[in-house]
Amino acid sequence: MLHAVDESVTPIHIHDMTVAYHKKPVLWDVDLAVPEGKLVGVVGPNGAGKSTMIKAIMDLVPKASGWVRIYGKPYLRMRQAIGYVPQRESVDWDFPINALDVVLMGRYGHVGWVRRPDKIDRELAEEALEKVGMTDFGHRQINQLSGGQQQRVFLARALAQDAQIYLMDEPFAGVDAATERAIIDILMDLRARKKTMLVVHHDLHTVNQYFDWLVLINMRIVAAGETKNVFTEDNLNKTYGGRLTVLSEAAQAVAHHQRGL
Amino acid sequence: MIWDATFQLVLLGSLLIGATSGTLGAFAVLRRRSLLGDALAHAALPGVALAFLWTQSKALPVLLLGATVSGVVGVLIIEAIVNYTRIKADAALGIVLSVFFGGGIVLLTHIQQSEVGNQSGLDKFLFGQAASIVRADLYVMCIVSVLVMIAVFLFYKEFKGLIFDAEFLSALGFSQRVVDLLLMGLIVLTVMVGLQAVGVILIAAMLITPAAAARFWTDRLHVMVLVSGILGALCGAMGVGLSALAPRIPTGPVMVLVATAAFLVSVLIAPRRGVLARRMRLRANALRENGQHFLRAYLALQTQDKQKVVLVDLAGELQLPLYRVRRLAKRLARDGWVSLHNGACSLTELGHKEADFVVKSHQLWEYYLVYRSILEEDHVDRPADEVEHILTPEIIEQLETILAEEDIDIVGDIHKAHSGYRRTGKDE
Repeated sequence: MLHAVDESVTPIHIHDMTVAYHKKPVLWDVDLAVPEGKLVGVVGPNGAGKSTMIKAIMDLVPKASGWVRIYGKPYLRMRQAIGYVPQRESVDWDFPINALDVVLMGRYGHVGWVRRPDKIDRELAEEALEKVGMTDFGHRQINQLSGGQQQRVFLARALAQDAQIYLMDEPFAGVDAATERAIIDILMDLRARKKTMLVVHHDLHTVNQYFDWLVLINMRIVAAGETKNVFTEDNLNKTYGGRLTVLSEAAQAVAHHQRGL
Repeated sequence: MIWDATFQLVLLGSLLIGATSGTLGAFAVLRRRSLLGDALAHAALPGVALAFLWTQSKALPVLLLGATVSGVVGVLIIEAIVNYTRIKADAALGIVLSVFFGGGIVLLTHIQQSEVGNQSGLDKFLFGQAASIVRADLYVMCIVSVLVMIAVFLFYKEFKGLIFDAEFLSALGFSQRVVDLLLMGLIVLTVMVGLQAVGVILIAAMLITPAAAARFWTDRLHVMVLVSGILGALCGAMGVGLSALAPRIPTGPVMVLVATAAFLVSVLIAPRRGVLARRMRLRANALRENGQHFLRAYLALQTQDKQKVVLVDLAGELQLPLYRVRRLAKRLARDGWVSLHNGACSLTELGHKEADFVVKSHQLWEYYLVYRSILEEDHVDRPADEVEHILTPEIIEQLETILAEEDIDIVGDIHKAHSGYRRTGKDE
């Protein structure tokens, strides 16, 4: 990015960020400034580092270099501004908990250590469940929900966080058509309320329809900007192009070297 | 008499230990850390022996301090092995657990053979002897147990978040490391405080078994924690009571046997998650499927002028023995689907409705499979047979819309042969 970024109005500003798992780099030199109030798609092949980028923004994985600012401040001080929808497979759905309790977890950050969620938190959680059309399922054990319903519960939990920015890791993966519709309606509604969303997405067919901004990624940012400018065949070829990229081969070599294998 | 002051003391001690390990066990099991409790306990043995050798004291706090140190060292070594070599957690656990335990046994034998050690009573740490609890020990146990319970109460929300979705919890600003350490610390305390009564070999069972049993009874975490704690307390008390009946039976094994009995009962009779409840659900499904097959066979046999169908013919169509078809017909008559007339039967209005629904589900599903080229025509019958029983009216409606949109004509029958009513093998 050649032009200067006005940090205080930039929801997410990533500068020269490299992330490595067990010494193996998975994201190289990411520079990205996400504009406010946009529904931003993050698209790329498997293992491209999409989830890693989202996790690195929230300090969930250590950065090898670079930094992230949220409205000009480090994540540590802006946690409450971010809502998170992790991948559905990341948790054990047989855990003894009902849907409402999962959504209530979205309030934990506001509640703080040791204290219990109060009546207002409970009402906010119920409101969030209502928004995703799951009011009647609040007292269901999460195991007895369909995949689409589980995804809605995760979205409701993020809504209960009452954030400015939402990071979502494949919210459309494995959901039925009705749920996809319901989720996209909620995202549009959030956008109308000036919220910024970063959404990892797999289905190239719907990219044009859903996202007004797009980040193409394959271990590095291939292209980022308005969907109509970025979503081109040329860029897609660069993102998904053929064999192992030089980058991933290099990453493998670095990993072996550092682990002394 | 057994109701003397000493016995009450011992009883109270075991109750506390059971309650604490049951409570913490619920978290340990859900966090999949239960075997770590086992490693911790086994690795604690050399610590007990070394603490005694060093201080020549058998005061419980001293011994437990030694136990804690060596237990934690053991767990840290396991983590180091996993992090710095290619060995996986189970092997690392096996290596550390056995070498610490072996070392502990060597030291213990050495102590038993020395003059001072003879009376030390350290061997009680192997299998546990609740009767060896003295008043001073009980104070230690009480304080630790109460502290552990208070901590669980305070950090309940954090533990719940950690176990269900650790990443989300840390995104919210709760340090995963701190919460995890806190939980592990409490598990360490729980194991250590139970060592004397239950023994290093079996204390992990008091952590795991009540919790595993409690899981069968509920789908809410707080209920599970409560049930597990109460179950643990009961096991502790009953273990002491039973072992007091016959002298020299160690308490640890008895407690574990009681806990396991409770676990087995839970596996069997728990509602919904229990084996029997499952069986009954499967049986109900099988009955329904057989009923639906009966209706389809009936429709295949009935003709315009002949509304009654002879049971013998039905048996042939269904490829079932006559006595089973007769029993099936009687059951359907009870449900009001068919009326029986002396070796033959006819459908009631209700039965006709149900039969129409069954046939429609079967056909729609077949068409859908074939149309979507999911299966070749001659392969569809069996899968359709399996699925038709679980299609709900809503799914049927959806299928109809899809097929209508695709402009498919359902009138013609692609599949005339009435072969293969899938028999479940279940008797009526």
